Amino acid sequence: MTFVPDFGDDDGDRKICFIASKGTLDMVYPSLVMANAALGEGIETHIFFTFWGMDIITKKHQEDLQFTWMGNTAMHPPGGSKFHMPQGLAGLPGMTALATRMMKKQIADLDVPDVPEFVQMVADAGGHLWACRMSVDMMGLTKEDMIPEVEDIISATDFIELSDGAQVIFT
Amino acid sequence: MPTTTIAGAEVTVDDEGFMTEYDEWTEEIGAALAANIGIELNESHWKVISFLREDYKAEGETPMLRRVSNVGGVPTKELFQLFPKKPAKKMSYIAGVPKPQGCV
Repeated sequence: MTFVPDFGDDDGDRKICFIASKGTLDMVYPSLVMANAALGEGIETHIFFTFWGMDIITKKHQEDLQFTWMGNTAMHPPGGSKFHMPQGLAGLPGMTALATRMMKKQIADLDVPDVPEFVQMVADAGGHLWACRMSVDMMGLTKEDMIPEVEDIISATDFIELSDGAQVIFT
Repeated sequence: MPTTTIAGAEVTVDDEGFMTEYDEWTEEIGAALAANIGIELNESHWKVISFLREDYKAEGETPMLRRVSNVGGVPTKELFQLFPKKPAKKMSYIAGVPKPQGCV
């Protein structure tokens, strides 16, 4: 009896398009992690960066994304505590920097790459990166402001066309 | 655990066909596993497979693609060329180590 795993080389038509609309350190990871996983399964994967997600692909911002629990009552103190981080605390001077440092450390401790490296990995693995035309116009950006791996600046209509038949995941 | 015959040797595998006993692997078996999934191994493939086996032995778990790239020294792009579409799973299958378990 010889059985060989099916690595699905014949089903080449699955396609996933992620929309990355957030720019806080915590919320940029879902699309990167899942895009990386999809690429590792041989799935054609696209990420459309829009609004605050533009920071992920902008050279001067991608290393310095910030984190705060302000407005996020789901954040608990580390260590599995039942409590919720007090909202009032989030707004104190220096808190965003502190929270960002803590989050970066947690990410690094898990051996998860930082944003610039992660985006590079996704591009190297064949992921297609697209920038939103409207966000570019609104923020006064140019292609030079973005990392070279971004394929092009596209409109909403372009995105609707390119995501034909794809699973679209909004993050 | 089911067993199967690969390259003339009796090998223990799981239900998917992945080898479960690290020490049963030989290079002949590796080459046969590769042939099973349509890959002909060259020097670059063997470099990756050796790294996978050494790292699994040292760390107790199969390295993820990122580790193979950063520590093993084979760029991600090349890994996708050598083992198209599902590199992590294909490499592990050929190297006789379990599928990697992590998220990145």
